[in-house]
Amino acid sequence: MPLIEISKVTHRFEGLCAVSDFNLAIEQHELIGIIGPNGAGKTTVFNLITGVYRATEGSIKLQGKELVGLTPHQITRLGIARTFQNIRLFKELSVLDNVRIAHYGQIAYTPAEALLHIGRFRSEEKRITNQALDLLAIFKLDESANEKAKNLPYGLQRRLEIARALATEPALLLLDEPAAGMNPNEIMQLMDFIRWIRKTFSVTIILIEHQMRLVMGICERLVVLDFGATIAQGLPAEIQANPRVMEAYLGVEVAS
Amino acid sequence: MSSIKITYHNLLAKWHILTGHKLFWPVFMAAGLVFCIAVDTFDFVDLYLQLILIYVGINIILTVSLNLINGYMGEFSVGHAGFMAVGAYVASLLTVHAFPAGVQSLLFPLAILAGGIGAALVGFLVAIPSFKTRGDYLAIVTLAFGMIVKSVLENIDAVGGPRGLLGMEKLTTLPWVFFWTALSIWVIRNLVYSNFGRGVLSIREDEIASDLMSVNTRQVKIIAFVVSSFFAGIAGGLFAHALQFINPRMFDILKSTDILIMVYLGGIGSISGSIIGAVIYTILLEVLRPMGIWRMVLMPLMLVLLMIYRPRGIMGMKEALMFTPLRDLVTEKLWRQKKKEAADATD
Repeated sequence: MPLIEISKVTHRFEGLCAVSDFNLAIEQHELIGIIGPNGAGKTTVFNLITGVYRATEGSIKLQGKELVGLTPHQITRLGIARTFQNIRLFKELSVLDNVRIAHYGQIAYTPAEALLHIGRFRSEEKRITNQALDLLAIFKLDESANEKAKNLPYGLQRRLEIARALATEPALLLLDEPAAGMNPNEIMQLMDFIRWIRKTFSVTIILIEHQMRLVMGICERLVVLDFGATIAQGLPAEIQANPRVMEAYLGVEVAS
Repeated sequence: MSSIKITYHNLLAKWHILTGHKLFWPVFMAAGLVFCIAVDTFDFVDLYLQLILIYVGINIILTVSLNLINGYMGEFSVGHAGFMAVGAYVASLLTVHAFPAGVQSLLFPLAILAGGIGAALVGFLVAIPSFKTRGDYLAIVTLAFGMIVKSVLENIDAVGGPRGLLGMEKLTTLPWVFFWTALSIWVIRNLVYSNFGRGVLSIREDEIASDLMSVNTRQVKIIAFVVSSFFAGIAGGLFAHALQFINPRMFDILKSTDILIMVYLGGIGSISGSIIGAVIYTILLEVLRPMGIWRMVLMPLMLVLLMIYRPRGIMGMKEALMFTPLRDLVTEKLWRQKKKEAADATD
């Protein structure tokens, strides 16, 4: 059974069709890339999977469970986490708190225990704090655990966002333009980093990207979107040779 | 110069060690309570001053509880006086009409608690629809709520209509105010430094990201709103039994504005700020009383200046270390210990 099965998903904003008839089935441990020109509907697909938007038509199933109609936090708890194109950390909060917030669903104490700081409160807080610190240590962010997220340099903010997403213990990780604003050298490092994350946390990854070097380098399969429609699907080499993809990216040659 | 600076830092460090001691709060609370009981029993403090202290306590409760919504959560509620009114009326009706005459002072805490629960229930009812909308809508909903409470109370003859309620005994004493103030600060601090409190903060920072990081934002908002209105109700009950007279006009938008001013004066997202704001504002109002109408010119002017030079208030988003629970110190300790272990392992 595929980990996630997206079938015939269509989403319209007031008549504008942002995504139409989108189909994608992903097996465990795959690394899939979604590419396409600006405004093709790539981020909308992420928003549909994570429940930020509700699909107008179609179904999205995670391990057989229907996701359409669930709220974002319910979907996150089922095992889907994401990062954002424009970093959306909790800027004024500490690095540690950014990660601890992502543990929200894993804490067992009730509001009453929280209000009075009794019962499981202390032990749970200790457990979560330790987990968060461990995770930060893995990502080499533990030195800045008590700093405000907004004070981190850009690269570390990106890394923290991925750490925060992994703190929700996802089976499927959605990365929205992880290479935005990076130079070729950093992109090479990012490729290793993404491979390493997949192995260490045994997650399935879908990533949206513009940087062809990154996408062609690590993705096992690609989906190409243009104006909300899927214009091609397949192996990186096939996509590179596909005339429709060239057309979407470079335009049609007039005098041929 | 340098010697002064060092002394100041030394003092600060000593103060942090003192307040970080696990007996600090119990001793401080016991001493405060004993002092309040002594003042109440032997009356060695001017009665006027006692009344001001009572108002300071009530205003601290109102400010800390509103700060939970407006400061920590970053929503904008302007109906806090409405919840205060609910608490005031529920508690007063109980002490005036329901409780037998002899045991009123014994049952007083129950009346206050009932006022708080009443306000919390109303808060729950207001929270459900208003948090389905986003952002500024809460301001509109709570504004309307404040008006509704006022006109409902004005039109029920059983609670005195526009004339209000009379006949409460002066049951709000300094020890009780101290107790409820300490309780509200403690509970709200506990909430802020818990999983749900982090949820509240994350909603302020970025609500969509918060939802996507598995925070049940609706649950968090409702908890915060119910707790906040509960303590507004407590403050209302205490207020009614300090003044011994209430009418609906006391709880109009101006009262809510007063509380907002204390929140923004003291600083959003800070318990110590809320206390400072409430103390300064209450005392200033009294000190400036001889100025008559000019007080109403000076106070807003001060606020304008504050907003220009310190837009987040005196303690905006900062917290005195004494109000961060031990847990945070534990966190840091654990972290250092962990790092040390890791370093030892690599050696």
